[in-house]
Amino acid sequence: MHEMSLAEGIIQLIDGSAAKNQFQRVKTVWLEIGQLAGVEAEAMRFCFDAVTRGSIAEGATLEILETPGQGRCYDCNQTVAVTARYEPCPQCGGYSVEVTGGTEMRVKELEVE
Amino acid sequence: MCTVCGCGEGETKIEGHDHPHSHEHEHEGHVHSHEHGHEHEHAHEHSHDGQDMHYGHGAAHAHAPGMSQGRMVQIEQDILAKNNSYADENRRHFSEHGIFALNLVSSPGSGKTTLLTRTIGHLKGKATVAVIEGDQQTALDADRIRATGAAAIQINTGKGCHLDAHMVGHAAERLALADDSLLLIENVGNLVCPAAFDLGEAHKVAILSVTEGEDKPLKYPDMFVAADVMLLNKIDLLPYLSFNVPLCLEYARRVNPNIKVILISAATGEGMDEWQEWLEQGLTNARQRKAAAVETLHRRIADLEAELAALKGGK
Repeated sequence: MHEMSLAEGIIQLIDGSAAKNQFQRVKTVWLEIGQLAGVEAEAMRFCFDAVTRGSIAEGATLEILETPGQGRCYDCNQTVAVTARYEPCPQCGGYSVEVTGGTEMRVKELEVE
Repeated sequence: MCTVCGCGEGETKIEGHDHPHSHEHEHEGHVHSHEHGHEHEHAHEHSHDGQDMHYGHGAAHAHAPGMSQGRMVQIEQDILAKNNSYADENRRHFSEHGIFALNLVSSPGSGKTTLLTRTIGHLKGKATVAVIEGDQQTALDADRIRATGAAAIQINTGKGCHLDAHMVGHAAERLALADDSLLLIENVGNLVCPAAFDLGEAHKVAILSVTEGEDKPLKYPDMFVAADVMLLNKIDLLPYLSFNVPLCLEYARRVNPNIKVILISAATGEGMDEWQEWLEQGLTNARQRKAAAVETLHRRIADLEAELAALKGGK
């Protein structure tokens, strides 16, 4: 969803960092995207390429690290893996799973010159 | 423009005020960027034959001197950091003024605007209500709200698929919101993108109409996870439809076990009392929080004055 806005958010972070850290070009951008963040990696790549055109990150490689979805089941009191919001607890089959991880959308690191 | 949802930037308009840059535009004194970049320089091997390079820190980075002149800059920031900082600012403003702000999200055609006009009617004489209307184009919805006598402002997002906290901050400023009032933000009709954007609201309220199908919470789970309340609207039409209410509620609770549900009909007024009661409780809580904060400040001032008097007396 809204990958274009997210790509613009990435450019804002890059521009802010360029002013602070004095670099002229970005070669690689590492993102951390949770499995449950609602972000399509392919759409993100497409939008990133479009948005970075003409910026200091033009042509940069986008590396996406997917972090696994995790939740806490209130029925069986276990920490479980969650692959989709609507899926039952893999341990007990209940639906009282609260998501505790895998919703991140972060820019982790840049390789610059 | 995004091929997924059609969102783009550059066409946002707030009524009476052209505002061409929705995302990348910074205002004097408005920018809250939190840069924590610190760099560590090292030569960096950039391997293209494996897919597993460069993930995270430590061993995953192959340090091979001489391979590249690139250096690494740590960012470690949320992609939505900027939006979130505007949202924090809005939330602080609302809380200081006892304003109860709600972000109403739904598909197009769920009956949001009718529900709003009806809600304003129910609260007449009990609370001041102001509305921020988000649509891609036209000021039709704001016109409908203003016809009820409530203050309203339209934000046209152009190609944008959601409101963001920056737009809402400006709109709230132009509305000059009264203390202890209710602010209803009607987001762009879209069950996907608005879920991720915090506007500084107290709660997201999802409106689902029974003409849409009971499986919407499963099809668009992020929105029903983000919402604290679901209003199931147009229930006066249930006799003519095969909509399964218990199944819909089960689906909603599957994705969000804590979601509060109110069955409602903006057309006949059924369920409006329960909705109004929930709103009034929220308004009361917002006012009490503000009063408590003011009380704390008064006590702090009294303490400082006492301290000052003691210092003067001691001279």
